Amino acid sequence: MIRDLFAIPRLTGKAWTVWQRNLDVFLKTWRVNLVPPFIEPFLYLIALGFGLGGFVGYIGDVPYIDFIAPAIVAVSIMNSAFFECTYGSYVRMYYGKTFDAIIATPVSIEEVIAGELLWGATRSMIYTGLMLPVLILFGVVDLPSSLLLIPFAFLGGLLFACIAMCFTAATPSIDALNYPSFLFITPMLLFSGTFFPITVLPPALQAFAYVVLPLTNVVSICRGITLTLFSPFMILNLAWIAIVTTVLFFLSVNLMKRRLIV
Amino acid sequence: MEPVIDAINLVKQFGPFTAVDTINFSVRPGEVFGFLGPNGAGKTTTMKMIQCASPRTSGTLSVFGMDPGTHSSEIKAMIGVVPQETNLDTEFSTIENLIVYSRYFGISKEVAEERAEKLLDFVQLTEKRDVIIEKLSGGMKRRLILARALVNQPKLLILDEPTIGLDPQARHLIWEKLKLLRSLGNTIVLTTHYLEEAERLCDRLVIMNKGTILVQGSPAELVLDHVGSGIVEAEHSPGVEACLLDMDIPYEVVGDIVQVVTDNPRTVAQELLSKCDAKRVLTRAATLEDVFLKLTGRGLRE
Ligand SMILES: Nc1ncnc2c1ncn2[C@@H]1O[C@H](COP(=O)(O)OP(=O)(O)OP(=O)(O)O)[C@@H](O)[C@H]1O
Ligand SMILES: [Mg+2]
Repeated sequence: MIRDLFAIPRLTGKAWTVWQRNLDVFLKTWRVNLVPPFIEPFLYLIALGFGLGGFVGYIGDVPYIDFIAPAIVAVSIMNSAFFECTYGSYVRMYYGKTFDAIIATPVSIEEVIAGELLWGATRSMIYTGLMLPVLILFGVVDLPSSLLLIPFAFLGGLLFACIAMCFTAATPSIDALNYPSFLFITPMLLFSGTFFPITVLPPALQAFAYVVLPLTNVVSICRGITLTLFSPFMILNLAWIAIVTTVLFFLSVNLMKRRLIV
Repeated sequence: MEPVIDAINLVKQFGPFTAVDTINFSVRPGEVFGFLGPNGAGKTTTMKMIQCASPRTSGTLSVFGMDPGTHSSEIKAMIGVVPQETNLDTEFSTIENLIVYSRYFGISKEVAEERAEKLLDFVQLTEKRDVIIEKLSGGMKRRLILARALVNQPKLLILDEPTIGLDPQARHLIWEKLKLLRSLGNTIVLTTHYLEEAERLCDRLVIMNKGTILVQGSPAELVLDHVGSGIVEAEHSPGVEACLLDMDIPYEVVGDIVQVVTDNPRTVAQELLSKCDAKRVLTRAATLEDVFLKLTGRGLRE
């Protein structure tokens, strides 16, 4: 039983037709979709960067605003994929019956879920790509290294998409999805080395943050990229993300299959 | 000829509950095959097993000679499905729904566009081509779902209550289209609650109740075998009942009418009129509805 949950699903390129469907919807409503990623960095940079940054000044030898800029990207990577694959996927699955419609075609349920996950990751990537010019305009990220954020956003997005899909597979109702949002996403937003360096926490909590909180690893890599401070530790972060993403990709697909195929 | 669908001792359980209980049927190429039965009979469950959306618990099932458990992708490429619950993509317009759906079948954009236009014409929705789904009426949605089920030019159509909630015009339009599709050689499997629909469309049908198949055959055969050719009805009164008992004619009381099933409706009607002084005497041909009610009982289903 448990082994089945981690079995490698059979997937083909048909998963991309599901991805394409979501992209089509996104592009149809692009006017609505493109505004938030422009506004969000402005809000953070002004409130936290200029507002709070005025008191904090520097963290080490990095200006506070430069310190939080990569965290803003990391949080956006997390939020766009997570909310897409929780509320977004749930609405498509439960209210729209979109998955039921698709699995009446040669596309399998595994491919539908894979397509949803790939789309969640793509959404993170699109958002990052839209935020980046704003950050560049503020002069708070290094170039050209920061362009690496865009491909990285896909990987980071996939991680959060897979986490989200596990919750979607398990949730009894759309309201119950508020729990992971408040109990998982919000704490991560605060304790993942986002707005203050993780080194101020007790060592045990630091270890906890790196081992258990996905965002910590994502922030760490984003920060290395925007400050052009590449350290060997980032390889560990990357490995953590790759392994957890792979395992949760399989798990979420199998959990959704178990939920939907009865 | 090899059957399109062959089910032997097919069973479907949901936990301890048996929704489909050891049913046998086979659908021949080119025929319209109906599943009739009250709510909860197991019709949708059976359709879902055929269309590879739900695995069977036991028994054998083959569709185009293939097992839905192992060849779902191949089978699904050859079938078109009209589900009981409307599940059009509300984010898209009428034509976009067809084009996006075609993509799941791996149909190229050019072919999909061409087919979509033709199919809209076929179900008379060309006018609503660019309308968003929310703005279609219920009947238009059902027609669009039928069109969507045809994008891959299926050899087998599975229709779960295709005309549910439609007005008579819309229902007739769908019937007409289904007859046309049949004449083109398509095999059609449908479920329905409308006995008239089954009588008009189906070459053969089964009547299901509580997960089992009660009877199968052509509509005419079923009527003849299970009811008889004619029915005489009269207003119910103690006098009429006593009189029928007296003449040893079997009858049934249904609400405020008395019903006599007979191969000689004229004679019985005359006797009712002359000897029993019955009011509102009416003779009519027996229908599938009589068979249905006789076999599944008159009580309301959960
Ligand atoms: N996923 C499920 N889990 C548990 N029970 C189910 C499930 N799907 C259907 N059932 C049960 O199986 C039985 C048959 O349901 P089904 O939907 O096949 O009936 P139906 O003949 O299509 O009815 P209707 O005419 O109302 O559409 C019902 O008692 C139903 O409650
Ligand atoms: Mg049904």
